[in-house]
Amino acid sequence: MPTAASPTTDVATLKEIARKARINSIKMITAAGSGHPGGSLSATDLMTTLLFREMRHDPKNPRWEDRDRFVLSKGHCIPAWYCLLADAGYFPESELMNLRRLGSPLQGHPDCTVLDSIEACTGSLGQGLSIAIGIALAARVAKRDYRVYCMVGDGEIQEGQVWEALLSAAKFKLDNLVVILDNNKGQIDGPVAEVMPLEPILDKIRAFNWHVIDINGHDYDQILSALDEARTVQGRPVFIRADTIKGKGVSFMEGGIDWHGKAPKKEEMEKAIAELEAA
Amino acid sequence: MAKASRLAFGEALAEVGETNPRVVVFDADLSKSTMSMLFAKKFPDRFFEMGIQEANMIGAGAGMALSGMIPFVCSFACFITGRYDTIRMSVAYSKAGVRIVGTHAGIGIGEDGNSQMGLEDVGLMRGLPNMIVLQPADELETKQMVRFLANGHDGPAYLRLTRQTLPDVSPEGYRFELGKGMVLREGKDVTCFASGGTVANALVAANRLAEQGIDARVVNLSSIKPIDVDLIVRCARETGRIFTVEDHNVIGGMGSAVCEVLSEHCPTKARRWGLLDKFGESGTPEGLYEKYELDAEGIARRLAEFVKETPR
Ligand SMILES: Cc1ncc(C[n+]2csc(CCOP(=O)(O)OP(=O)(O)O)c2C)c(N)n1
Repeated sequence: MPTAASPTTDVATLKEIARKARINSIKMITAAGSGHPGGSLSATDLMTTLLFREMRHDPKNPRWEDRDRFVLSKGHCIPAWYCLLADAGYFPESELMNLRRLGSPLQGHPDCTVLDSIEACTGSLGQGLSIAIGIALAARVAKRDYRVYCMVGDGEIQEGQVWEALLSAAKFKLDNLVVILDNNKGQIDGPVAEVMPLEPILDKIRAFNWHVIDINGHDYDQILSALDEARTVQGRPVFIRADTIKGKGVSFMEGGIDWHGKAPKKEEMEKAIAELEAA
Repeated sequence: MAKASRLAFGEALAEVGETNPRVVVFDADLSKSTMSMLFAKKFPDRFFEMGIQEANMIGAGAGMALSGMIPFVCSFACFITGRYDTIRMSVAYSKAGVRIVGTHAGIGIGEDGNSQMGLEDVGLMRGLPNMIVLQPADELETKQMVRFLANGHDGPAYLRLTRQTLPDVSPEGYRFELGKGMVLREGKDVTCFASGGTVANALVAANRLAEQGIDARVVNLSSIKPIDVDLIVRCARETGRIFTVEDHNVIGGMGSAVCEVLSEHCPTKARRWGLLDKFGESGTPEGLYEKYELDAEGIARRLAEFVKETPR
């Protein structure tokens, strides 16, 4: 079975891959002059584990029918995923610096019509989970055993469509579907807790009949065991709340909302890269 | 002063908030981009942050309007008009005076790409009974429209605004009037109707064409619905050729509205320019305007081509 996701990628290697992805995210957003570093950095450890350890996929055959799927519902955080796709061999790393340029397949938000390693066009928040549900249902109809992973943002799940999706995935008992909430606690207008509070989020999701797992989204042992646990759950979809830090890895970006959607200047980029390299 | 219409909007909103205590404002986690934050800072008790919930925001706005308030609900044009059925039932059909404000119109937003670009919004909103559709061309006009929407109008409305800076085009002493277009440049060979982000470029294009011996009239059609039937018919009679240019899909937009008037009242050769049934993409705003020929050169080229191909 063709697969690039080697179950033997160890945690030390995953961390190195993530470090590189963070550095490249910063570089490409700086080069583009716009983009979303905060939520890209918060999601990097989770995404790295998915692509380099958890998911079954083949960079030489991006549309392989039995691949596991990843839907990035919070599409603005695509830089991190582009970096990982390049590292996995889906396209040359040099392409990263064309982010957001006219004619580049690396659009500002994911575009499956110009990049075959992207599963769905996202960027209007709140829609990705419904698409993931459709992909998971298709596996059932086609009798395929692939799994579907969908990442959502904590600001994003304020959208009503997300709650429709949560209801329906439980109804259909989609145990081939895993939602990962990148719980970085910030959105644009302020902290999530002020803009539109979600707590108690886990109680809500549990009440919707999902299997819920609560982890630290920067702790690889916890990420790995959550994904292992998810594979054992039967008859219910799995919701992983991953507690994360917006801007993780760059001290002046961490925690706040200032770096949600702002590109670093050259000096800021250099400072960020120096920190990431030293960490 | 050259200014993005979203910024002029935020400033005007803060201003009307002062004189009209019934003005309330909603936003969906984009107040820093739509510039509704200028109102929020001044009137925190009349500003409602809804989070990323456009449909809920529109519905709550309808409730406010049905209770005698004057709500402005703000987000990007694509997201807010994307909640179509909510707008159709809770706002338009209910005759709830919700002022729907869609910023980041068109490919002029640049790098964020298609998912954030309002490119079909005019067509969507124009098709709703009771809804008026306005798109200002500069700061002066934006401010007048906001004052009109707050104090001179009672009913559903859609206001379409740009992210990019717009040069001043309105003549001194200009007064916005619902249902009226404004001739910005006289001309006898062709009339170019423009709206919003393309007006200033159309004017520059017309000046270039004068050097080539083409005398183009330029009209700012900021009131897209109701539309200025008399002016469109007069321009058709006087110039014999009609060209429209907008940062929007040519299907359903201002150009479609002009052609509807022409075919019913004064059949005339026309060409619609804008996005030719295409989605947007990432790029710099300038690069995209060049590629899709919405900059002055592109408009001049397409206008000249149309004039040459179209005998009167
Ligand atoms: C429907 C919709 N409304 C608004 C936006 C604009 N927007 C882009 S990112 C964002 C905040 C997202 O916050 P969150 O989901 O928490 O993402 P993260 O913090 O991980 O970046 C908003 C409001 C959008 N992309 N889609």
